[in-house]
Amino acid sequence: MTRPDLETIAKWVAPGSRVLDLGCGDGSLLRHLWEGNQAHGYGVEIDDAEVLACFRNDVNVLQLDLESGLALFQDGSFDCVILSETLQTIHRIELLTREMLRVGKEAIVSFPNFGHWQARLQVLAGRMPVSAELPHQWYNTPNVHLCTLADFEDLCAKLGAKIRERAVLSRGRPVSVLPNLLGSLAVYRITA
Amino acid sequence: MAGSAGSVGIVEAKRAVFEEPFRFRSGAEIPRFELMYETYGTLNAARSNAVLVCHALNASHHVAGTYAAEADNVGFWDNLVGPGKPLDTDRFFVIGNNYIGGCFGSTGPTSVNPATGKPYGADFPVVTVEDWVAAQARLADQLGIERFAAVIGGSLGAMQALQWALAYPDRIGHSLVIASTPRLSAQNIAFNEVARQAIVTDPDFHGGHYYEHGVVPRRGLRIARMIGHITYLSDDAMMEKFGRVMRRASLGFDFDVDFEIESYLRHQGDKFSTYFDANTYLRITKALDYYDPAVDFGGDLARSFARAKAAFLVVSFKSDWRFAPARSRAMVKALLDNRRIVSYLELDAPGGHDAFLLEDPRYHGALRAYFENIEL
Repeated sequence: MTRPDLETIAKWVAPGSRVLDLGCGDGSLLRHLWEGNQAHGYGVEIDDAEVLACFRNDVNVLQLDLESGLALFQDGSFDCVILSETLQTIHRIELLTREMLRVGKEAIVSFPNFGHWQARLQVLAGRMPVSAELPHQWYNTPNVHLCTLADFEDLCAKLGAKIRERAVLSRGRPVSVLPNLLGSLAVYRITA
Repeated sequence: MAGSAGSVGIVEAKRAVFEEPFRFRSGAEIPRFELMYETYGTLNAARSNAVLVCHALNASHHVAGTYAAEADNVGFWDNLVGPGKPLDTDRFFVIGNNYIGGCFGSTGPTSVNPATGKPYGADFPVVTVEDWVAAQARLADQLGIERFAAVIGGSLGAMQALQWALAYPDRIGHSLVIASTPRLSAQNIAFNEVARQAIVTDPDFHGGHYYEHGVVPRRGLRIARMIGHITYLSDDAMMEKFGRVMRRASLGFDFDVDFEIESYLRHQGDKFSTYFDANTYLRITKALDYYDPAVDFGGDLARSFARAKAAFLVVSFKSDWRFAPARSRAMVKALLDNRRIVSYLELDAPGGHDAFLLEDPRYHGALRAYFENIEL
């Protein structure tokens, strides 16, 4: 549990929930949710090394491509669908967000905030932002769809999704003032 | 390989004898039967560490190690099974078996029919995946194994691992279903039918009673094997291995071997036709064609999987066009619909259908971790 958004997510997942963690990496969140919340479920991951790490972490992992949607999962079959720091790497975000709300009773989404003041300054200075949350250069980044808090909330409005909770973090600490400017990482809990 | 670190070393095949009748899915019955098997490792006191390995088309009960008299005869899954290997025989008691109807010593078409004193030949019943598993359950009973920690197989071996979870949900902890499908496609059945036609139209077939004539339908078996082999390899793997490499200096302008791939297929066909029984081959292809657990559930795979209790590991290989990943995903979906425990590995490996027998570090790494996590 090294990423700051994971503690927030763990707080929001009710004990005993059935969870689906999309882009689950090495499965450490799922393992944490199992050990801490008795929440069980599956991770979805495409990267070979991460999938192997999931096996070693003893979490259920499904090696699938999120871009093709969540066809393997039935409507409302999970209490919670998690997309943690993966949104920015997805090509078809609108489709995937709809799919998350179809499959889960609720969805938790976290992503780096492109509206953070450092990112804005770097763009003003004529450079693509590079930071702790966005460590890659423009030419080797896996990120394809970066957004700000305001942008994501617009998408939720468009999809008719209700924002139930929002946590904004900077260096792992909560941000309450000017979140779209001072927050580097956003975590949302949304429902259909 | 014999004696080297990680090998189970020299092994001996064993024979289990069942003096009670066996009734096949077709309704046919034989009065008694025998199954060949091998074991590796030690059954623990709680009898909780047994793993059954089910073989695919041409393999046998010989899963790992070698024989004292045949140092080159290495078990078909020796890279997986042994001390310190992914399926670790220091921890698990591993059992290989030759299925009923097979041609490696288990009762099958080459066995003597007690009613006639002659080989069964064409009179041996058509076998099914359900029959294989039912016979394996009898073997488990005889070995005192109430419940397998896991059943693992690739291809039609995996169909057996799946069938175990469906037929004996309380007798299996984990089902490992690798490079498989819950049912054959029309194309799969079509390939099988071509193979069968090659055999039954061989003049040496004699309606399946060729033993009495002292011949075997070698030409038919050879062609059946050549066709099969094409479906086991991917286009890319075949191109990589053989390309358009020639066997002779220039084109022959005749119908002998020009290309390396032709020579390879002929060699594979020749080799196979010397050791494999044609009647068994016919029955295996039928067993494949007939298998469909959903057939009694209106074709609904999810409903047919409802009785399974095991945890599943499903593995597919992207270059496998015989049983493509979509078939494995259909199984995963049916398991998810039933809220079963399942993990799914879809590897971008080049080996085609045969990739399940190869040693890919991602594949074997996952299997190793999976077996390590099985609680005994």
